[in-house]
Amino acid sequence: MKIHHHSYDAVIVGAGGAGLRAAIEVAGKCRVAVLTKLYPTRSHTGAAQGGVCAALANVEEDSAEWHAFDTVKGSDYLGDQPAIDVMCHEAIDAVIELEQFGLPFNRTPEGKIDQRRFGGHTRAHGEAPVRRACYSADRTGHMILQTLYQQCVKREVNFFNEFQVLDVAFSDGRLAAVIAYELATGDMHVFQTKGALFASGGFGKMFKVSSNAHSLTGDGPGLLYRRGIPMQDMEFFQFHPTGIYKLGILLTEGARGEGGILRNADGERFMERYAPTVKDLAPRDMVSRAILTEIREGRGIGTRKDYVHLDLTHLPPEQLDEKLPDITEFVRTYQGLEPKTDPIPIQPTAHYAMGGIPTNVDGEVVVDADNTVFPGLYAAGECACVSVHGANRLGTNSLLDIIVFGRRGGRAMADFSVTSDMPDLPGTVGDVAGDVVRRIDEMKRRDGDEKLAPLREQLQDSMMEHASVFRTEASLTSAQSTIDDVRERYKNITIDDKGHTFNYDLTEALEMEYLIDLAESLVVGAQARTESRGAHFRDDHPVRDDESWMKHTLATRQDDGSIALSYKPVIGGKYEPMERKY
Amino acid sequence: MQVNLKIKRYNPETDTKPHWQEFQVEVEETDRVLDALHEAKWRHDGTLTFRRSCAHGVCGSDAMVINGRNALACGLLMRDAGSNITVEPIRGLTVIKDLVVDMEPFFAQYRSVMPFLINDDDPGYKERYQSAEDQQRFDDTTKCILCAACTTSCPVFWGNGSYVGPAAIVNAHRFIFDTRDHGAAQRLDILNEKSGVWRCRTAFSCTQACPRDIKITEAIQDVKRAILFDRV
Repeated sequence: MKIHHHSYDAVIVGAGGAGLRAAIEVAGKCRVAVLTKLYPTRSHTGAAQGGVCAALANVEEDSAEWHAFDTVKGSDYLGDQPAIDVMCHEAIDAVIELEQFGLPFNRTPEGKIDQRRFGGHTRAHGEAPVRRACYSADRTGHMILQTLYQQCVKREVNFFNEFQVLDVAFSDGRLAAVIAYELATGDMHVFQTKGALFASGGFGKMFKVSSNAHSLTGDGPGLLYRRGIPMQDMEFFQFHPTGIYKLGILLTEGARGEGGILRNADGERFMERYAPTVKDLAPRDMVSRAILTEIREGRGIGTRKDYVHLDLTHLPPEQLDEKLPDITEFVRTYQGLEPKTDPIPIQPTAHYAMGGIPTNVDGEVVVDADNTVFPGLYAAGECACVSVHGANRLGTNSLLDIIVFGRRGGRAMADFSVTSDMPDLPGTVGDVAGDVVRRIDEMKRRDGDEKLAPLREQLQDSMMEHASVFRTEASLTSAQSTIDDVRERYKNITIDDKGHTFNYDLTEALEMEYLIDLAESLVVGAQARTESRGAHFRDDHPVRDDESWMKHTLATRQDDGSIALSYKPVIGGKYEPMERKY
Repeated sequence: MQVNLKIKRYNPETDTKPHWQEFQVEVEETDRVLDALHEAKWRHDGTLTFRRSCAHGVCGSDAMVINGRNALACGLLMRDAGSNITVEPIRGLTVIKDLVVDMEPFFAQYRSVMPFLINDDDPGYKERYQSAEDQQRFDDTTKCILCAACTTSCPVFWGNGSYVGPAAIVNAHRFIFDTRDHGAAQRLDILNEKSGVWRCRTAFSCTQACPRDIKITEAIQDVKRAILFDRV
């Protein structure tokens, strides 16, 4: 196996919204390489639909302070308030910057950026829904991804496409290198670098029904976790209320922002009972629980009574064509239904990891309860946990997160890289790549009788059944035993492809390890947290317990593979925790 | 349903030329062709190689020739594809392995049309205004996901790889007709060269192939007219 050596001031891992926004910030300041296992425009930012919130107040009164309040409340008081303040105040500038980069927003009659309603975003601290989401039809993420990529092309950013990062090397307590596998050739590449920013996305593929791309396997968090970096708040995983039944494909909350209504088997608008003020525009954790409660109580639809309807039939057809063209087309393509006349079968779908690599507001990775910075290591976007989303993210705040903290992380890494020396590698280039080379060789030599796909399905089924929207001690114990079984049998999986050209058989097998590890950190964190908060709901502990549990979980992998949990305080602010009602 | 999946395969490490291989897979009518490919890869032969990511038609990874026509494997359902399916790599780009082709020439053509907003005015900390009508002029071409289904369905592109191709023109169109952009003249010069729009013979293959239903041939005609009449 050939091993190549590169030297850069900065490396960005992942080329979705956060990675590209960081690259724009770093380009021109120092030598930067962007590594992605896909092509940049294939990144899952492109699947985001509904909008990006900023209190521009273009169509009605709004303020960044209201946005911050909503985000804190939406987070079920687990979000760090100083970080939320930063995000909501910088949102305005960050969205205007996207417009200046050329993003084609929908416009108001006066030509301003148009805004629409979204779940959990309200005026005057919960009075009524507010129009805060800036949008491009229902392809806002696509337009952000394209626009940021265009700006990178303009700046001649150096991309290494289809380079899959599999490891990092540290030396003298700082980051020293990123190790990548070139998909086209099977060669290894050691990128010696002063700084590396991980923007590698989420890991929704640990669940059976997910809105996530096949590529979202948690590589960045997974490999850092294996190198001893703790993962924060992993038990908080968002289920989006409106996934296409069985497939999990996302149907934006913007559909409800435009007036769509959820109905049960009786045709009842059941959200009126769960959230009398904002109804269908309650935050996602509450709506997902409401849907599954309806199903549990026998008011689901279909022969198995296991879905509910998203009803858009009362909306003017031209509004659907104009504002929601993509999702209505998904419904036609994948369900064979006409959303103008047919209600749409939906179910909650695994969507977004609130948890991940712990960072501060400058994207610097922090490794303990004192928020000690790990020099040279940065993270932004879904793979990171700042924490602005706390226990439950509000819709549109993920696109906001990537542009605000992609920019901040990029800026901080550029400053660091310009002022610091190149670290020494901890050994020869061969040593640094050694672990990965051995893992790949070992995987190709294996001759066991297990196949990857059924094993992955077993994990996904169990996580969906036992560790998703509703959890109990017993269900989590069951998920843990599946994980143990899968981990054991993983040692015997054999891959068919032993070659070196585009060996996805190999990379899928390597990705599985990350999914197992991260699933376990989720389950262990969820078992310990004997309360219900945001997306983490325990039937056996249904109440939020601020006294014991208003704290972040840190899961650290021990040398023997076990997980040690520790906790760090939530950073509060002017909003005192109160009961979450909408 | 039982499906016969016939796939054109090529492994550069062992093969001197491509060959066909057939798989019998069990799928649902509502599954995607991509699911059938996964079924073949995951249950029968792990060496079968294709790109994919989002699995619902927005990332552009899995354009391929299915039953003779360009499509996204994740955008076509089995009930529409039938029970005898042939799958080949998209044409006009070098095959690297099985359904994976070299995308670099495609992206080089994309980059050649300056696909980014050109406007050196400093609007300060303010958004630029744009009327909804002006935004509509280029709305259609902003939908492009760079899957290459259009360019690799174009008979002119097959015959001459130097043709910039429909996808690059679509992405130039997106800026040429954006009132906020000041680079139209430069882009029209690029597309007026012999590798540019004049190679288009309005075969409409691109428009038929586009999984995003972009009116590509119309966009190319818009650009031709802008060059001829020096008017955007």
